[in-house]
Amino acid sequence: MNSEIVISVRELTKRFGDFTAVDRISFDVHRGEIFGFLGANGAGKTTAMRMLCGLSYPTAGSGSVAGFDVMREGEKIKRHIGYMSQRFSLYNDLTVWENMRLFAGIYGLNRRETEERASALLKRLNFEAERDTLVGSLPLGWKQKLSFAIATIHRPEVVFLDEPTGGVDPVTRRQFWELIYEAASEGTTIFVTTHYMDEAEYCSRVSIMVDGEVRALDTPARLKQQFAAESMDEVFRTLARGAQRGE
Amino acid sequence: MKAIEIDNLSKSYNKGKVQALSSVSFEVERGELFGLIGPDGAGKTTLFRLLTTLLSPDAGRATVDGYDIVKEYHAIRSRVGYMPGRFSLYPDLSVEENLQFFAALFGVNVEESYDLIAPIYKQIEPFRTRRAGKLSGGMKQKLALSCALIHRPSILFLDEPTTGVDAVSRSEFWDMLAGLKERGITILVSTPYMDEASRCDRIALCNEGRILGIDTPHDIVRGFDNRLYGISAKNMFTLLERARAMEGVVECYPFGQRHHLVADDSFSVEQFTRQLSDIEGLEIASAEPTIEDMFIKLMKR
Repeated sequence: MNSEIVISVRELTKRFGDFTAVDRISFDVHRGEIFGFLGANGAGKTTAMRMLCGLSYPTAGSGSVAGFDVMREGEKIKRHIGYMSQRFSLYNDLTVWENMRLFAGIYGLNRRETEERASALLKRLNFEAERDTLVGSLPLGWKQKLSFAIATIHRPEVVFLDEPTGGVDPVTRRQFWELIYEAASEGTTIFVTTHYMDEAEYCSRVSIMVDGEVRALDTPARLKQQFAAESMDEVFRTLARGAQRGE
Repeated sequence: MKAIEIDNLSKSYNKGKVQALSSVSFEVERGELFGLIGPDGAGKTTLFRLLTTLLSPDAGRATVDGYDIVKEYHAIRSRVGYMPGRFSLYPDLSVEENLQFFAALFGVNVEESYDLIAPIYKQIEPFRTRRAGKLSGGMKQKLALSCALIHRPSILFLDEPTTGVDAVSRSEFWDMLAGLKERGITILVSTPYMDEASRCDRIALCNEGRILGIDTPHDIVRGFDNRLYGISAKNMFTLLERARAMEGVVECYPFGQRHHLVADDSFSVEQFTRQLSDIEGLEIASAEPTIEDMFIKLMKR
């Protein structure tokens, strides 16, 4: 594994009034890792992810994402990461190409860079024939793949994927994971949440949050060993059953 | 009489441009817990809306509890409970008020049905004065299920009740369904999670408006007629690409901690390991097909 650290947090905490949503979480994510971020509903995943994406400032703790301080440099973090949410967030009334141009522009790529990277992405996805197709008319699986491509159009160091495969058929789900594998093997760091426990197995390392804390963090193989479990599903259940708080 | 009989039901949208459901036929027995398993776009929601008489079919016919979904829609509405995929209770009414409202709509009172909903409702009763909009996802789900049961329906339609819900809550929800089944209620439930199939008596695998296969979870995988292996190595991505190029490999795809390799008769384990001997940590062993393997196979057929 590459030893360069892309995400590093220490004792990161977020409180809303007297409710501690995220309670002193600490971990490092290395370049090119696929880091699975699991937790029960309400465990604090979304709040933690928002802090890592520069969308919300921590109450306490310290950390950096892509070289920028999570306590102070939220705006810079946003520019250096990619983000894809489960809720489809491209523009249905724009074509594939227009969506690429729009997001490339938002991330500050110039015309030549945009042209170059958008063409390369279309080619890789085998989407060249769909260049001028309205995104709204694409099948769901294609949209998801396109979303991922667009989230990486500015070659971010790290991409955050929030349940990227929800509702997608099993064949497309696997094609999507191959895109993730490929991006990771080229050095992009992947930070991903999922409710599909078999997908947790695809990750280099997995962390599991319960009641605002990171209760487990290791490779899937070692976690299974540690909890004497056959699958990540079993590991997850063992940990999440002990949860004190609901959503 | 079957609980649900569906005969060549079709439905399209946008003046026929989108075929949501294409000649779907199957039957659900009384008291059965029947699962519709498939991704978004499979036609699950359309089928629910047709059977609960919220839409009319383009072609085909169906009966629910013995009543025709077109001609006798009125009789059906009081006999079924429907929990749509989107939360559809009143967020500004309290937990208790929502329940009373649905009871009033169906002309029953909460006390008459309390025994039926109690195992579920008791879990949210401490919050009965809280507005429904302020409940957590799991609590909303329990309230929605209580409201769908308040008039003691004979058939319950649940459209993706566990989507986006974590693995533990999902498992608890299926325990609740098992409890309702014991009370004799027929349940038609949809889910995109293949691992939930085993909780159903029978399942229909569906994709793009068609049924790919119907059987018990056990028997549906018996239809998997290729040899299946689990393979792993230190670099899983390289392994995937190399394995796909090997003789006798029908397909190879990621499957949790291993890749699944579907083989035809020309495949030889010995040859495979010999030709890929340069791959570090290569392991291959026979694997048992799952619902998901079967789904992938049927999808590609």
